[in-house]
Amino acid sequence: MNSTPAKSAARPLTLKQRQRISRHKLARRYWRMYVLLALPILYLLIFKYYPMFGVQIAFRKFDPVGGIWNSEWVGWHYFEKFFTSSKFKRVVPNTIILSLYSLAAGFPVPIMLALALNTVRNERIKKLIQTITYVPHFISVVVLVGILYQVFNVRSGLVGVAYNAVFGKNMPDLFGKNYFRHIYVWSGVWQSMGWSSIIYMAALSSVDQELHEAAQIDGASRFQRVLHIDLPTILPTAVILLIMNSGNVMSVGFEKVYLMQNSLNNRVSEVISTYTYKIGMTAGTSDFSYSTAIGLFNSVINLIILTLVNTVSKKISSTSLW
Amino acid sequence: MATKVKTPLDDKIYYIVTGVILFLITVIVLLPLVNVVANSFSEPAAVIAGRVKFWPVNFSLRGYEAVFEYKSVMVGYRNSFVYMFLGTFINLIMTMLAAYPLAKPNLPYKNTVMMLFTFTMFFGGGMIPNYLLLRDLKMLNTVWSMVIPGAISTYNMIIMRTFIQNSIPNELAEAAEIDGCNEFFYLVRIVLPLSKAVIAVVALYYAVGHWNTYFNAFLYLNDPDKKPLQLVLREILILNSINEEQLLMSDENVAQQGMADLLKYSIIIVASLPVIIMYPFVQRYFVKGVMIGSVKG
Repeated sequence: MNSTPAKSAARPLTLKQRQRISRHKLARRYWRMYVLLALPILYLLIFKYYPMFGVQIAFRKFDPVGGIWNSEWVGWHYFEKFFTSSKFKRVVPNTIILSLYSLAAGFPVPIMLALALNTVRNERIKKLIQTITYVPHFISVVVLVGILYQVFNVRSGLVGVAYNAVFGKNMPDLFGKNYFRHIYVWSGVWQSMGWSSIIYMAALSSVDQELHEAAQIDGASRFQRVLHIDLPTILPTAVILLIMNSGNVMSVGFEKVYLMQNSLNNRVSEVISTYTYKIGMTAGTSDFSYSTAIGLFNSVINLIILTLVNTVSKKISSTSLW
Repeated sequence: MATKVKTPLDDKIYYIVTGVILFLITVIVLLPLVNVVANSFSEPAAVIAGRVKFWPVNFSLRGYEAVFEYKSVMVGYRNSFVYMFLGTFINLIMTMLAAYPLAKPNLPYKNTVMMLFTFTMFFGGGMIPNYLLLRDLKMLNTVWSMVIPGAISTYNMIIMRTFIQNSIPNELAEAAEIDGCNEFFYLVRIVLPLSKAVIAVVALYYAVGHWNTYFNAFLYLNDPDKKPLQLVLREILILNSINEEQLLMSDENVAQQGMADLLKYSIIIVASLPVIIMYPFVQRYFVKGVMIGSVKG
């Protein structure tokens, strides 16, 4: 029963060795699979992994003539420069506030929408609401921000005119620094809530109907059944999505913020991604090394947060990304 | 039985409350869109005065005429179509090449390759290293900078892989192998025809992505003739830089301002047209995609 070390050494091949050999055999038999994989792997190495090595210019002073590999090493210089700059104190909080606000507003709304939709008894109405709420997902950011500018135009926009009619005065500028965050976040909710609810609808469709019937017989109201049957069903999905989103707490996408930025709201709207862009790509003053250092700082923090949240979640709820 | 009588009242309240909430949500989603459509079909004076609500005022097609006469919009439209079709084509080939081998059960080193893919979802080189790479490859300002850097989205690859794993039985592959069909033929003859649904889903994801993004073009292109539609839109809708000559309007200031506003509304519709046309068809497949994607692979 108990195989002593001597005994297993006496065997012709250990289990591990045998596995390795059969692995080699399998790999040789399926060589065509690796031929197919060659192009995608080459793509990954060139366009995903090579730039990861390029990140080292964050630790070098970029030399336009010599390129990445011939630039002089400067260590943590650019990171220190960022941490001690006045921009750091503004850009980092702006990023975190905007992304936490987006998460706080954008995370529960699709769940509530899905729970509510799931209790609609008329299938056609349900379909109709779904079809309508999905539409904004397909609008491009440029068009979305364009619509915002038009609809919230103080003089001629739908909301601007309505505000004037109701309150008898002009609507405040929603794109200035006071309202920037709200308009950014809630337009995001407007755009994504329908689409984000799909995944919860899918989870809800797996609820065992007998559970509902049993609860009904026991006298549970529809609302109680939502709380005690539907909600627990979608909880694992919600946790996974929350973990995935948490990895982005320190990042706010470039596209939309950049479009919504103006000189009036810059104090609250400058986030890491837009600042990285401005440092790195503004003609004349571009500083590749500094920009890369800020970007690298950002992605490393994201990675750390994601790992932390995932570990905690694994411990608490045994729900995990990997 | 007493509870039986009480429950429906609770439920009634519940249904009314959720009904009202859902109604409000639908209205909030719908109203801005209806307003944009109504404005786009109105006359300039009504648009600038803010008289248009949810139905065109003095129906006119002048906004659309202006859009189609606007040269840079049309050039952008053409470019976006090229980037979308070429890009999606490359996406599909590359994604399939990765997804099929990775769907093969117990293919040696599969997990290593999979990890190589997954890691890119959480970490990347960032803006400048990517830019420098494209510069060194002489891809800046070319079509290739629009279609190659994003050739495979790991998320879409996983959707495809999950689909192949779950809906094409492995016995089929074994049978084919015994019959002497190699993996290349199996991919073309069996996997491709059986994966039509997921290919449609992923193609639509990629296509809509190409159509709607502006970031890569913003970084990598500076030739005006190569700009995709979204960049042209940005100039018009966001930066408000409208080429007045192209509007061919009276020199009256108000009329011109009204025309500029009208042009924006119409352009929003025209720019979203390809997606709007695809929408009924797209919607069904997109939802399917989310479902497949949500099954953890």
